[in-house]
Amino acid sequence: MTILTFTAAVAIVSFVAGLLGSLTGLGGGVVLVPLLTIFFHVDIRYAIGASLVSVIATSSGAAAAYVKEGFSNIRIGMFLEIATTVGALLGAYLATWIPTTAIATVFGIMLLYSAYISRRVRPPELQNLPPDPLATRLRLNGSFPDLDGERSYNVQHVPVGFSLMFGAGALSGLLGIGSGAVKVLAMDQAMRIPFKVSTTTSNFMIGVTAAASAGVYLSRGYVDPGLAMPVMLGVLAGSLIGSRILVKAETKSLRLVFSLVILVLGLQMLYKGLWGRI
Amino acid sequence: MTEGKTPLSQRSSARANPSRAWGDYQIEVVVGYLLRCGVILSGTIVFCGACIYIFRHAYEPADYRIFRGEPSDFRTIPGVLQSAWHGHGRGWIQLGLLFLIATPIARVAFAVAGFALERDRMYVAFTLIVLLVLLYSLIGSGLTF
Repeated sequence: MTILTFTAAVAIVSFVAGLLGSLTGLGGGVVLVPLLTIFFHVDIRYAIGASLVSVIATSSGAAAAYVKEGFSNIRIGMFLEIATTVGALLGAYLATWIPTTAIATVFGIMLLYSAYISRRVRPPELQNLPPDPLATRLRLNGSFPDLDGERSYNVQHVPVGFSLMFGAGALSGLLGIGSGAVKVLAMDQAMRIPFKVSTTTSNFMIGVTAAASAGVYLSRGYVDPGLAMPVMLGVLAGSLIGSRILVKAETKSLRLVFSLVILVLGLQMLYKGLWGRI
Repeated sequence: MTEGKTPLSQRSSARANPSRAWGDYQIEVVVGYLLRCGVILSGTIVFCGACIYIFRHAYEPADYRIFRGEPSDFRTIPGVLQSAWHGHGRGWIQLGLLFLIATPIARVAFAVAGFALERDRMYVAFTLIVLLVLLYSLIGSGLTF
């Protein structure tokens, strides 16, 4: 393949990944690394470097739109970023010395988990929880505009959430993804943050988390300009367009298709990792 | 550190009450635009670099099967600057990516200033920790030399 065709093909695939990721809310980054390694035969380290860069672009690009809605909670974001950035730094260093087969295996498990999370029926949100003393001390509780006026919420189980976020950061640094699935676990399940607040706040945090490992990746030579360029521009364009078009009716089936793609890619990565075909 | 602090309901009123100049919401709005500008800037630089790169190397083979690691031109900030200065397409792409990485770091630095304006010492400390981790990842990883 010449550089021209390779760049064009990677840009198109990245565009579609970014578009579907943003339409379904599942994030495009998680499919990029498997697509690049399986179909374009890119070494997983280059793929991770390029994916990480695109994660920063989508997170920062969407931030302005999210902020205006007034859902995100900057204090929750900043407090949890202590955990995610330290985790991301550790994950990035880990990625430089563990074998690529191990990275592929972890990636496969992560994809299967993401597919599972995307199909799971979300349990009803618990409202009017009692204030947690630690969350109160850290001033994490807040409110957001709901259908019937401002709705306030009390954050729960701060230490569990903080530890899970450390893990989410480490996975982000190790695999070059936003690791939204683990963040959902931490913020929705453990900390009981309302869904609207947790998704927008997590998007806000993803860019900062990725920046913490990007320095390590760049200095170790994982970020190739020829590969990162079409990935970053493609994903960015796809996700920006995806956030502008509304296809409410189609989202459900689109989500199903996309989670099936994630599932298949997850099995492939697991196979590649376990049988050393990477 | 917690005594004399505003009640929990303060955050929501920061949005409703415009008289408080530097509430969380205002910080977030400015920061949101800052991030978007950073992305537009870096995207433009990457795109310009891409045009030069494709124009010069369109018909050379692309092969990423084997990991070699990037040459130091693309691994350190001085190397990238030098490469971009010489008009290399890949140097410009890498420069754009450096701007992209700098964007969230600038956001955290801005949040430190915002919390300082709010006189919220606890969150100044939290954001400073995040900023130090980010700076460590840039400097400690050997990117700057």
